[in-house]
Amino acid sequence: MAIRERLSGNEAVAYAIKQINPDVMPAFPITPSTEIPQYVATYIANGEIDTEFIHVESEHSAMSATLGACAAGARALTATSSCGMALMWEELYVAASDRLPIVLALVNRALTGPININADHSDSMGARDSGWIQIYAESNQEVYDNFLQAFPIAEHKDVQLPIMICQDGFITSHGVENILLVEDDLVKEFVGERNPEHYLLNPNEKMSVGPYAVSNYYMETKKAQREAMNNAKRVILEMAERFEKMTGRKYGFFEEYCMDDAEYAVVIIGSAAGTCKAAIDEIRQTTGKKVGLLKIRVFRPFPEEEIALALKDMKAIAILDRSEMFSATSGPLGAEVRAALYGVKSQAEVVNYFYGLGGRDITVDDFKVVYDKLEKIAETGEITDMYDYIGLRSR
Amino acid sequence: MAEKYNFKEVMSKPERLAPGHRMCAGCGGTITVRNVLRALHEEDKAVIGNATGCLEVSSYMYPYTAYEDSYIHNAFENAGATLSGVETAYNVLKKKGKIKDTYKFITFGGDGGTYDIGFQSLSGAMERGHDMVYVCYDNGAYMNTGTQRSSATPQFADTTTTPAGSQSNGKVQIRKDLAAIMAEHHIPYVGQTTFTRDFKDLYTKAEKAIYTPGAAFLNVMSPCPRGWGYETSEIMTICKLAVDTCYWPLFEVIDGKWILSYAPKNKLPLEDFLRPQRRFKHLFKPGNEELIGLFQAEVDRRWEELLNKCE
Repeated sequence: MAIRERLSGNEAVAYAIKQINPDVMPAFPITPSTEIPQYVATYIANGEIDTEFIHVESEHSAMSATLGACAAGARALTATSSCGMALMWEELYVAASDRLPIVLALVNRALTGPININADHSDSMGARDSGWIQIYAESNQEVYDNFLQAFPIAEHKDVQLPIMICQDGFITSHGVENILLVEDDLVKEFVGERNPEHYLLNPNEKMSVGPYAVSNYYMETKKAQREAMNNAKRVILEMAERFEKMTGRKYGFFEEYCMDDAEYAVVIIGSAAGTCKAAIDEIRQTTGKKVGLLKIRVFRPFPEEEIALALKDMKAIAILDRSEMFSATSGPLGAEVRAALYGVKSQAEVVNYFYGLGGRDITVDDFKVVYDKLEKIAETGEITDMYDYIGLRSR
Repeated sequence: MAEKYNFKEVMSKPERLAPGHRMCAGCGGTITVRNVLRALHEEDKAVIGNATGCLEVSSYMYPYTAYEDSYIHNAFENAGATLSGVETAYNVLKKKGKIKDTYKFITFGGDGGTYDIGFQSLSGAMERGHDMVYVCYDNGAYMNTGTQRSSATPQFADTTTTPAGSQSNGKVQIRKDLAAIMAEHHIPYVGQTTFTRDFKDLYTKAEKAIYTPGAAFLNVMSPCPRGWGYETSEIMTICKLAVDTCYWPLFEVIDGKWILSYAPKNKLPLEDFLRPQRRFKHLFKPGNEELIGLFQAEVDRRWEELLNKCE
């Protein structure tokens, strides 16, 4: 029987770590992910897990030590947010090219400039080209469930890539919700042991990691990473299926909410999907308008075809980005979803709005306005604000 | 520890850095690596770490590795943190019974990766007390990128970012004393050495560093013929002059106790060390005598300070 609990997102991830009992966790505190290493340190202090904690002096060293531990053959992970991830930047690329199945518990927070501790996706979106698998969550339940699937996906022999399990800072990480936890023995069985094929401490084989590879070999390593990322699509779905058999909770690349008959769709990532669902319920109840939501769970690998097929028959689509990329046009999600739609020759009108930067609230009313705009755009065929900011101060 | 140092025996131990790597002829860094690895007991396994630098790009160029042991290079500034992750993994896997063998952990970095960009990562790894050795092969500049100054570069050295010129006498600042800074971390073992006639000093310090439980730091002056500007065949003379002028004193710090390894009978004037090197050529132009005097005074001051610590 599943265990009923009330946990914050950080508590849920820490509890998953306790159940997985990984080998090594180097971490450096940064708001709002700090609680995760704190909880793990407490489990260790009370003899509840065998994990070795490394009290590194920075996030760069956190990822460096995680990488060393993983290359050595251990199951290793870390947690961070925002500038912490920015300091790891170089290491994200090294981890991916070394094909190390590291798990990063990322609590999304805005990058500094000005300093801000609240949720947006500028940290992970900036790392979207680093070669990491990225899985996002709407709720505490989802981040817990995603975390349990992380090591089996990353360590799969056809994948061997690092993975970040993302949740929105404070909104998810600190908000306490009801949650269903999986029993310890089932988690152990689901996640299993790490048994790497090649590793530094292999008694039967010596290994060199992290070569200098010039133009005669570098490109092949990138192609290999690409193939692994392609394989990750299949493996993510396989793990979701295994997970569903264990818990009854179904996961895919994305969740479609009221999309069966929808004409107007919002595409979004993360916790704001919950607010969007509330707006959909209200609109459908009061007006009967056919509004729906496509909530992205897996952003890397990018499920291009699947997203395009799910959206192609919409009349109008609003893609909502919780981070800027300062192209002076699209945000990251906007650019990629729009490109996907081109492939299926969709006639849908598409706008790309920015919301929630640095933790700015987005409300049910904001979503109602978005759906109203979509309806008007579809009727008139005119787009006045292709790229707009939602909820800006008027003064 | 070896009971008695036998040069012939030590030098005939199997090489753990295979020939065929691409380091320059006469490279001091390579001599450091070969001789530190000789101090590993033959039955022990090891994981060798490496900061980005000459050594890394020349010894593990895909698909060839020069290392007879497992080896990991990660990036420039994180050799300390990376190997601390490997060492921690070893402890966990050993505790869980997944590993039976004894492994030792040794990482190499140049002075760029150690004194400068990797300083924080080194300090963190030493403070945490991982059972590992950090070896700095100190050649006194960023040689891999073409002899730019580092905080290990001696004062007045002509480097590509502190060139001697009509308005410049080379590097303005005096060099950082990293071995002393590491000793201030209160780790169980710190050694400073270079190449002496029979390599006993380097060998015994490497063995102590490797086999002292806990964090150890070894600072090895490793001359670079290209960056310093001397004939490759002169390396042993250069090292001897560095030691006999007290520019590069040999000492160790064991559990906080400072021990002088060698005091020259005749302390030679610093200019004997400077003269054979192109990087100090400008100091011997007429009118620059004062600069050599300043440099000499700094060397003397540090030597006295060291003698006081070793009392």
